[in-house]
Amino acid sequence: MEEKLALFKNRKRFGIEKNIDIIFKNTALVLSSFVAIILLGIVLVVFFQSFESFSRYGLKFLVTSEWNPVKDEYGAFTAIYGTLITSFLSLLITIPLGVGTAIFITEDFVPKVFREIIGSFVELLAAIPSVVLGLWAIFVMEPFFRTFFIFLHNFFGWVPLFSTEPTGRNSLLAILILVVMLLPIVTSIARDSLNQVPKKLRNASYGIGASRWKTIFSVILPAALSGIMAGVLLALGRAMGETMAVTMIIGNSNAFSWSLLSPGYTISSMLANQFGEADGSQVSSLFYAAFVLMILSLVVNIFAQWLVKKFSLKY
Amino acid sequence: MNSLFYQKNSSRNIGDKVFTTLSLICVVIAILPLIFLVTYILIKGGAQITPELFTLEPNPPGDDLDAGGINPALIGTLIITTIASIIAIPVGVGGGIYLAEYSKGGLFSRFIRFGVNVLAGVPSIIAGVFIYALIVSTKILFGSMYSGLAGGMALSILMLPSVIKTTDEGLKLVPNELRYASLGVGASMYTTILKITLPSAFRSIATGVVLGIARAAGETAPLIFTALFSYYYITGFGDLFYEMGSLAVLIYNFALEPYDAQNQLAWAASFILVLSILSVNIFSRILAALTEKTKRV
Repeated sequence: MEEKLALFKNRKRFGIEKNIDIIFKNTALVLSSFVAIILLGIVLVVFFQSFESFSRYGLKFLVTSEWNPVKDEYGAFTAIYGTLITSFLSLLITIPLGVGTAIFITEDFVPKVFREIIGSFVELLAAIPSVVLGLWAIFVMEPFFRTFFIFLHNFFGWVPLFSTEPTGRNSLLAILILVVMLLPIVTSIARDSLNQVPKKLRNASYGIGASRWKTIFSVILPAALSGIMAGVLLALGRAMGETMAVTMIIGNSNAFSWSLLSPGYTISSMLANQFGEADGSQVSSLFYAAFVLMILSLVVNIFAQWLVKKFSLKY
Repeated sequence: MNSLFYQKNSSRNIGDKVFTTLSLICVVIAILPLIFLVTYILIKGGAQITPELFTLEPNPPGDDLDAGGINPALIGTLIITTIASIIAIPVGVGGGIYLAEYSKGGLFSRFIRFGVNVLAGVPSIIAGVFIYALIVSTKILFGSMYSGLAGGMALSILMLPSVIKTTDEGLKLVPNELRYASLGVGASMYTTILKITLPSAFRSIATGVVLGIARAAGETAPLIFTALFSYYYITGFGDLFYEMGSLAVLIYNFALEPYDAQNQLAWAASFILVLSILSVNIFSRILAALTEKTKRV
């Protein structure tokens, strides 16, 4: 008996076990810092690779749209404009659609089972690879919308946005396929933030006699606004970086045009198209364009996170 | 007296109906693309499915009518996604363990969590550009340029944030009592994590990781100038260091070909890709719903 007790008394953790514990912790620490290393690596690598082009063209690169590998003249204005216009316009269409859908599946218009089915349908849409969406856009969407585009041009041709004859792939199709891609993001984040609004607020509003939609517009939506805004910004970041579907349907032309019915370009589609066979200073210019894209999406993403942190604990 | 009853024609009730209809229209517009897309892929792609599809090499585009099969691309996708998982899962789970179990909410862990979110928002093509600059153009992998290995690395960058996030969140859901109990009977920290917390969070972590893998399998942008594409069978280990095809890149390349045979092959590849991704998604969703129910009982 006493021997046993003595055994327990001396039962200290072995040195080797202590060391394993320390090693385990430090390994986890190192692995978690990989994220920071990769992020930093991406920024530094892209920046240094674009340095040559940056020093040669400076900020002029951002506002000229000459892209001529033969004459060694590069400017990414068309691509930057294309990135911004496609992402903003697609978001403009997505926001009402996505928030409307989110409202429908958080209110009790239809039984819960149906709402859950609708919700998971929309989320499944997010799982479809963008290259498949691109394939679908080429062979189904483009023929489907062709007559509509001709109509659009005939009747609204005086608007600069519709001023060119529609010929096959164009920026408007890219905007439409982006809407399909962004809808699940905006819908699911809007749904989550609408669900987080406390029931008290809704009941109080009903109690003083507000109708359902008065409650939604004046109480629920304002309370969920920060979450929805953050979701919208995340979607914006996704739209700017989206590559495959857009590359396949936008037409890939560096000729600048205000019209959405003419082929366009985005930074990511430029990268997808030219990176493989570029050499010399073209590579550096492509890295410069990639750097611009990265900064744009980083700014949007960081702003979105800041928004979430700042407003998330309001209720 | 009258005001006690529901008035059909009062402006507020009409307004309510209008908005309800509008939101219903939103739902219909949101769901239509998915229905169209899935039916189209099932019909157009499903019609192409033959046994030869899985065994043959794709023929280079040209005027011969037969496009061949997608065997190298199918195997390539499996290999590249496996490489990405081999890199991203240990790093991601390890990082998640640190964030959830060791960090005390200090500056470092907040910075890492922030970094995870930022990395998740980095456009996928940037990951490709990064690996191109780091590995492809420097020929650092034994002198090989475009390779399946480089493609897997690019994909792992995209998988990493989601693996860390699901590990971190899964571990945070494990009740603290379990940790106290384990530490209380004298287990060391790493035994507690490996034997107690990690197993009890296993299912939620596994679901998240599997969804991350499914997402990575469909990624194209990081592969088009890291793994490139290949028409030939993958025969051995050495092929890792050469160009490697994948379903996603096959769809991209062949969708843009002017030949009908290649386009049909792209539809067939989409059928297989979408079917496997959707079934993984639906399966893990059902699994998650089932486990949630059993937990509440």
